[in-house]
Amino acid sequence: MSLALPAPDMARAITRISHEILERNSGSESITLLGIPTRGAHLAARIAANIEAIEGRAVQHGTLDITLHRDDLRTRPPRALMPTVIPSLGVEGRNVVLVDDVLFSGRTIRAALDALGEIGRPQTVQLAVLVDRGHRELPIRADYVGKNLPTSQSQVVRVQFTELDGIDLVSIEDGATQ
Amino acid sequence: MKHLLSISDLSKSQAITILNTAEELARASDGPMKKLPTLRGRTIVNLFAEDSTRTRISFEAAAKRLSADVINFSAKGSSVSKGESLKDTAQTLQAMGVDAVIIRHSASGAAARLAESQWMSGAVINAGDGTHEHPSQALLDAFTIRRHLAHGGEDLAGLHIAIVGDVLHSRVARSNVLLLSLLGADVVLVAPPTLLPVGVESWPATISYDFDSVIPNVDAIMMLRVQQERMSDLFFPNSREYSRYFGLNSERMSAMAKHAIVMHPGPMNRGLEIAADVADSARSVIVEQVTNGVNVRMAILYVLLAGGPLEVGSN
Repeated sequence: MSLALPAPDMARAITRISHEILERNSGSESITLLGIPTRGAHLAARIAANIEAIEGRAVQHGTLDITLHRDDLRTRPPRALMPTVIPSLGVEGRNVVLVDDVLFSGRTIRAALDALGEIGRPQTVQLAVLVDRGHRELPIRADYVGKNLPTSQSQVVRVQFTELDGIDLVSIEDGATQ
Repeated sequence: MKHLLSISDLSKSQAITILNTAEELARASDGPMKKLPTLRGRTIVNLFAEDSTRTRISFEAAAKRLSADVINFSAKGSSVSKGESLKDTAQTLQAMGVDAVIIRHSASGAAARLAESQWMSGAVINAGDGTHEHPSQALLDAFTIRRHLAHGGEDLAGLHIAIVGDVLHSRVARSNVLLLSLLGADVVLVAPPTLLPVGVESWPATISYDFDSVIPNVDAIMMLRVQQERMSDLFFPNSREYSRYFGLNSERMSAMAKHAIVMHPGPMNRGLEIAADVADSARSVIVEQVTNGVNVRMAILYVLLAGGPLEVGSN
């Protein structure tokens, strides 16, 4: 196991992403943050708290479960569904920022775009991730990246949040292919 | 989990998984995501060898919301009415490449026969077999009770539920007794002795012949339909007497606890087991049961069919 992002670096990366989102969208008014459960939802909540602290007002944020839109459902036993919470203003005409912890093959994001398309037509869709570990299988890229981590296919990137795991940490573990 | 044949095959955690999945699906279909791509390309057959309105339509709606292809197959107007056996029907469906069969049949055990035989390889979902079981109805009833009375809890621990009426002919009662007690509720069956099945004392429920003494102590009252079409004998003197002792009227309803709800699996005999003003009252969740039925059946289809062909399942 190697340590990729200890807690202070992780906090700085999230703060930077928050500022970048605000800069790109000229403030928080048009933004809707949607975290992909489980850890993307926690990351979105952190970014929302940061933006609120910077701008002094709440930002629209929620969660988007993509399980029902996955293309690999048939390859595994059924997964538990997680909550989808769309904030009050919806997604129509908004600048939606999808938030996930790790960007890997890009298939989760493809499913998220499908799920989003069912809900409405955002003005733009942007993507924020804490870690980009490469090995994309689809033409998808992130707009905001906490850290680029070169990895091999067989390694596992593990993101931990205090709310879930008792610690803030990103680590790389050698293991069987995911 | 490959099939859904009986509540007795379910563990508590599997039952809760289905209810939680239904909760998320309800949220998705209440909201903007009406149609989900999850079961695209799967074929589901509704094989109904006995009349049904809401169960068949409910399963059909559930399958279509998950983008499955649905074939409706009722005994009337098919070769079943020419005397084709269940085996030949099943092999025909197998030859057409069907992923799941939802079966309603007048013979108890028909769904289990279909699942255990090698006639076809798809999943089998019991939508009511004779007087045996109706698991999807029990799951939707438990879902409705949980929404109203569990205060955010996952199971039904500490709740008291009365199931009243024609228990003898009711597959709904059997499935509900098993599921509600599995989820921790106390169930009391209220019926005339003639309408209780042999062996009911071994069910995980208490038995009462006095409806009025039960009413103030329960959180939900589930009325059962008097199944006259299955009655070859005289089970009670006349319908007026039945109504007087075991019917839910507004007078009895006023003796219920303030928070208690009234349920009925439908179709109702208004005026016999339930008075019209009770069925239409604010306490009645009968229409909501139908709505919940679609979400619970979507959850059943999701849990049985969305995963891979190799069964690694939640067992």
